[in-house]
Amino acid sequence: MSIRLEHLNYIYSPKTAYEKHALRDICLEIPDGEFVGVIGHTGSGKSTLIQHFNGLIKATDGKLFYNEENIYEPGYNMKNLRNEVGLVFQYPEHQLFEVDVMSDVCFGPKNQGLSLEECEARARDALKLVGLKEKYYRSSPFELSGGQKRRAAIAGVLAMRPKVLVLDEPTAGLDPKGRDDILEQVAFLHRQTSMTVILVSHSMEDIARYADRIIVMNHGEVMYNDAPKAVFAHYMELEQAGLAAPQVTYIMHDLKEQGIPVDTGVTTVSEAADEIMKVLEKIR
Amino acid sequence: MIRDITIGQYYPAKSILHRLDPRVKLVSTLLYLISLFLFRSIAGYLVATVFLIGIIRASRVPFGYIVKGLKPVIMLLMITVVFNLFLKKDGEILFTVWKLSVTTVGLRNAVYMAVRLVYLIIGSSLMTFTTTPNELTDGIEALLHPLNKIHVPVHEVAMMMSIALRFIPILLEETDKIMKAQQARGADFESGNIIQRAKAMIPILVPLFVSAFRRAYDLAMAMEARCYRGGEGRTKMKPLRYKGRDRAAYGVMAVYLVAVVFVGRYVPLKVWIF
Ligand SMILES: Nc1ncnc2c1ncn2[C@@H]1O[C@H](COP(=O)(O)OP(=O)(O)O)[C@@H](O)[C@H]1O
Ligand SMILES: [Mg+2]
Repeated sequence: MSIRLEHLNYIYSPKTAYEKHALRDICLEIPDGEFVGVIGHTGSGKSTLIQHFNGLIKATDGKLFYNEENIYEPGYNMKNLRNEVGLVFQYPEHQLFEVDVMSDVCFGPKNQGLSLEECEARARDALKLVGLKEKYYRSSPFELSGGQKRRAAIAGVLAMRPKVLVLDEPTAGLDPKGRDDILEQVAFLHRQTSMTVILVSHSMEDIARYADRIIVMNHGEVMYNDAPKAVFAHYMELEQAGLAAPQVTYIMHDLKEQGIPVDTGVTTVSEAADEIMKVLEKIR
Repeated sequence: MIRDITIGQYYPAKSILHRLDPRVKLVSTLLYLISLFLFRSIAGYLVATVFLIGIIRASRVPFGYIVKGLKPVIMLLMITVVFNLFLKKDGEILFTVWKLSVTTVGLRNAVYMAVRLVYLIIGSSLMTFTTTPNELTDGIEALLHPLNKIHVPVHEVAMMMSIALRFIPILLEETDKIMKAQQARGADFESGNIIQRAKAMIPILVPLFVSAFRRAYDLAMAMEARCYRGGEGRTKMKPLRYKGRDRAAYGVMAVYLVAVVFVGRYVPLKVWIF
């Protein structure tokens, strides 16, 4: 059970002046239950890549297997694929349209053919999960604040109970607290339901904290596809690709250069703190 | 896909047409459109066709790209053709389908009308393909300038037009994004009867309107923040000035007009019924 991409290529507006080879020869496998981070500079093809996962974009060339079935075979059940792979677009709040938050969140489940009660039950669960207060359920989505809109929109996808959740920069434009809240909830959901999560982000810190594996995109190609530790070891190359390793990576490398024998492979602030304490105690 | 709509869009390329003064292109396009209605003979069409092909080649816009722009008007074209085909009663009857008969005049009118429409659309899209919205605004403003005397707000009208043109691709992109986002939530735009399909548009139209208003508001703010106050006393960084090639283009246009009218009227070429 997984998503597997084989030699996938995608070209926007082929054979015109606007032709853009957005993805080049992508080979990837995303097994069930993994938390995968996708990172890359603006225009590196992250959004294009993830829209392939639920068949919204059809590859110009190459194959995509979902649970070992080629989704480009004629007669493949796209509707089912979209039920199982939930995609939260960048700025998802721009897709809200219903008269109140509850009905908007119900849109997905309703399209799945569920009964009204079932839809509402799922919508409630999803809204609780994203931490939107009950008093907003009946207000117009256009009256909410930016962060609340974002939560409502994410709930709209969660309510469909996808097996794979793909989030395209879900924290773009949010304040630090809103950002941490949303990411924590996604991580919680991942632990609870063993849902596969694919998180696109700009922030190395965010990705480092949650992801089991990191895919680094650069100019439409997969540059690295490895555990966070292994990816951040290439922090020099990452910089050349317009990215940066988490700040702790730099601090740990600096410490090591100064003669303090710390492990430079730690990726989060708390790991770094533990590591430094350990080394300091040893020295003393 | 929805992005395939190319009418009214700019196509970046390096060609003599792209470099021409927008006024030349506006006037020439208008003249070409009028010229299509000045004759009714195959010889005239030949001249108009040769001229159009020449212009297309000179524009360096791929032919396939131009043809793609015709897709949205195919329905209109078909209706025109069908009406002309079956509703003309004069002339010899060529053949009869069920109770409707096609006459020579009907067929001729249908073909002429279709060709005219296609040329009309290609001709005007060639202008927008080779002229950026900014140039187009400048051109329109310059050409309509005399109307200022009778208190037509020419600058404002031109500005509105160019904003509208500029917003077409933005809104198409937005529509594309919203459609995808709703499809990801299981929306289905393809199946169902007419009422179901119309209802399926709501999840696209509401966010689209919201976003259009947001963008309009943002744009107004941005313009005001840069002290935009309309055309009063406004000068141009790059004022339009005719160059040699522009005069040459007017010359070519004049030759074409004379040729098309002369050939169209006086060269007695006849192929079958045309
Ligand atoms: N709808 C589109 N039409 C044409 N080109 C596009 C479209 N969407 C994205 N692109 C181009 O494809 C490349 C990859 O874009 P995208 O996948 O959005 O990158 P990212 O999400 O990593 O910022 C960019 O160069 C972008 O300009
Ligand atoms: Mg993106």
